[in-house]
Amino acid sequence: MQSVESFVVVSLIKSVIAVFVLLTAVAYSVWLERKVVGHIQNRWGPTRVGPFGLLQPLADGIKFLFKEDITPPHVYKTLYIAAPMLSVIFALTSISVIPIGNWVTIAGVHTPLQITDVNIALLIILGVTSMGVYGVALAGWSSNSKYSLLGGLRASAQMVSYEISLGLSLIGVLIMAGSFSLRDIVDSQSGVFWGFIPRWNIFHGQTVAFFVYLMSAFAETNRVPFDLPEAETELVAGYHTEYSAMKFAMFFMAEYANMITVACLATLLFLGGWHGPIWGLTWMQAVLPVFWFLAKVFCFLFLYIWIRGTLPRFRYDQLMAFAWKFLFPLAVANLVITGLVVALRS
Amino acid sequence: MPDNYFARYLPLLIHFLLACVVASALVVLSQIIGYRKPTRAKLSPYECGMIPVGDARQRFSVKFYLVAMLFILFDVEAVFLYPWAVVLRRLKMFGFWEMLVYIGIVLVGFFYIWKKGALDWNEPAAGRGGM
Repeated sequence: MQSVESFVVVSLIKSVIAVFVLLTAVAYSVWLERKVVGHIQNRWGPTRVGPFGLLQPLADGIKFLFKEDITPPHVYKTLYIAAPMLSVIFALTSISVIPIGNWVTIAGVHTPLQITDVNIALLIILGVTSMGVYGVALAGWSSNSKYSLLGGLRASAQMVSYEISLGLSLIGVLIMAGSFSLRDIVDSQSGVFWGFIPRWNIFHGQTVAFFVYLMSAFAETNRVPFDLPEAETELVAGYHTEYSAMKFAMFFMAEYANMITVACLATLLFLGGWHGPIWGLTWMQAVLPVFWFLAKVFCFLFLYIWIRGTLPRFRYDQLMAFAWKFLFPLAVANLVITGLVVALRS
Repeated sequence: MPDNYFARYLPLLIHFLLACVVASALVVLSQIIGYRKPTRAKLSPYECGMIPVGDARQRFSVKFYLVAMLFILFDVEAVFLYPWAVVLRRLKMFGFWEMLVYIGIVLVGFFYIWKKGALDWNEPAAGRGGM
């Protein structure tokens, strides 16, 4: 039992660390993307700033701060400023219920490796991430520019369409785990079956759900091959055409933070969270679960970048047809079959 | 952790406020530090360097409204499935059949809008629709 003050202080410290780590991870996933896509395209990517261009994100951040922050007179000013802030706020908030490991005791404080352990974590994540569409829609509308408007409309229509299949793909996992708590969902995936295959949801009945989730998550975060909202060849830069300096960078940060959240969620729901082979000394046994979690998240992020370097873009009508006519029925079929199997077995 | 149920949500609030602070700090910093030299051309809406034609607040395809409406319908339907999914192990086959009836009704609606053409982005008469 702790006092209220120490509880608040511990949560604040955890939040500060989480935000700091997330922003650093965002900066370095941009670096990783430029590097990997560079190598895919037979280029070097950033090399000049620091060894292997490792200081490039820092240089970019400073540059964004010093660039001219244009607020054009034709925009609806309140919403124009609020839109990037909303994007960043919800992108940073959605990480708050993600657990990255078990409970730990540091300096006499027993605490979960997560901002807070609530029993409706998955609902909170779904709610917060779906708020992100407001940032995009408001940015497109308030900019009062034709490209922004078209980009914003496309983006919001795409995000809401894929949100349905995203939500439905998670129901299979919920049936398997019987809980909204991300910690319980990870615990339900411990152990192995047939002697060697880990009981992760992706191998254990939810393979189809994982693919539906993968497609929907790519579309939710506006990434290739679903990056229609910012199709440069048609829409210049989509909903952030009229944005400059830090406000532009904030949309960028929000996009990458959302990618990281989606990768964490995929790891927790389908890839077994922090489960993995554990061996060695006591300190290794404490660190390895977190290592496995981060390694899985990294693999998922790498997949994002790999696909960006490989696939072309969908056409808009194909995009909407794919969401409604393919992913939605597939997700419903998956949840009915999962429900039937689980109901028969219990 | 204090024993209060709501205490679990306090860190969430703290985190949210921190995110608000970070977002505002970024906007304010860039306003203060950023260099500033507005010109008329720079402040005009971007239209590939041409002088902008008309206002951006024009009519746009009604399809976007349709998608928004369908989203609300189907998302609400999806939300009803969440509590069911969590307690299915206790409801067993009874819960499964009950939900199958519900999903059946949803699917009837889904095939209705499919056949009505609400999911086709290209309207056959108008050629390449959408924007």
